[in-house]
Amino acid sequence: MQTHEFRASLLDAGLLVNSGGDGIFQRSFTFESIVRGVESYASNAGDAPANQRFFFAPVMPLATLVSSGYAHSFPNLMGVVSSFAGSDRELPAFLGKLDTDDHWMSELTASDVALSSAACHPLFSNFSHQSIPEEGLLYEIQGVCFRHEPSIDPARMQSFRQHEFVYLGTSDGALAHRDKWIELGSDLLRELGLDVQVVVANDPFFGRAGRILANGQIEKELKFELTAPISSDAPGAIASGNYHEDHMGRVFDITILAGGPMHSACFGLGLDRITLALIYAHGTDVSQWPRDVRALLSISNSTTGPS
Amino acid sequence: MINTIDTIREVLSSHGQMPVDVSVLSLTADLYQQGLTSHASVNVMLALEDAFEVEFPDALLRKSTFESIAAIAAALETLGIEEMQD
Repeated sequence: MQTHEFRASLLDAGLLVNSGGDGIFQRSFTFESIVRGVESYASNAGDAPANQRFFFAPVMPLATLVSSGYAHSFPNLMGVVSSFAGSDRELPAFLGKLDTDDHWMSELTASDVALSSAACHPLFSNFSHQSIPEEGLLYEIQGVCFRHEPSIDPARMQSFRQHEFVYLGTSDGALAHRDKWIELGSDLLRELGLDVQVVVANDPFFGRAGRILANGQIEKELKFELTAPISSDAPGAIASGNYHEDHMGRVFDITILAGGPMHSACFGLGLDRITLALIYAHGTDVSQWPRDVRALLSISNSTTGPS
Repeated sequence: MINTIDTIREVLSSHGQMPVDVSVLSLTADLYQQGLTSHASVNVMLALEDAFEVEFPDALLRKSTFESIAAIAAALETLGIEEMQD
């Protein structure tokens, strides 16, 4: 199926509603029941301690965008929040601009808040200037992320959920964590009937100069994507395992007790993309999905609400 | 006359964000071991393009191109930049 056909089938089935802008969708409860099912299914396979599992807000401090290096590498994808910082005195002029000038945004002041770039980035901020134990720390984080890349392809939503299993500690520990989850994640997703292929990949570092970082990432095999057909037969990434080396440890000044910067790795599942991939594989009528898949996702026969 | 090696050293000093004195590094010293990060190499690459008025093709956009002053000079030579230029 072609992407535009799949998109039309999603809208026709009422699973997604287009929200006016490209890549911004409202999700039906049925769509969300699949997302929640994938979330529980993945979460049950995780082994982070109970007090190290969090849902993060869709926004984070602006400073994290800079500290993590995200603003340096993906300035074209980030989203920052601006607001009106004037008083009663400035208000009439602002209201006048709102009604007459398309560039009223220039009257706003940047806040210290940004839209979350990746689920795990705010986690590293928590450990800034601290030391962590050598045996490492395991976290499970779900976050709503923003990437400014409007597209009519439903696989490329501007706002989407990442469910991550994050390791902070030594380089050996980080690689072991990443590799364990690449294998476990592939198995879990294949059990849902998805045709998962694991490939070496790179992040979309911005610009020509970004090619150096992308090529370096591929040469060192730091990132692996779990791909499957999402909105067409061409596979796309639905999850990824990433070894950060000591990048996060250096930029956030996090050390391990034995000395030296922390190494880290994360395995992230794209909940919205996995949901789309499941719909692509099994159809828009969830009640007709294979029974074992519905059972694994705890999806009941009712398609009018979350189970 | 522009000395290519001197210009490379200048670019590394101003854009490499390295914690060492670039002027005393040997031509074959490993720049990454001397503190050049991947992210700084991006800035160095752009500054080199500016200084020499060249454009690095995709094949040269690799860490290895910037791993030493000699490596950078060799890459520039493939783009037509000689050791000494008018």
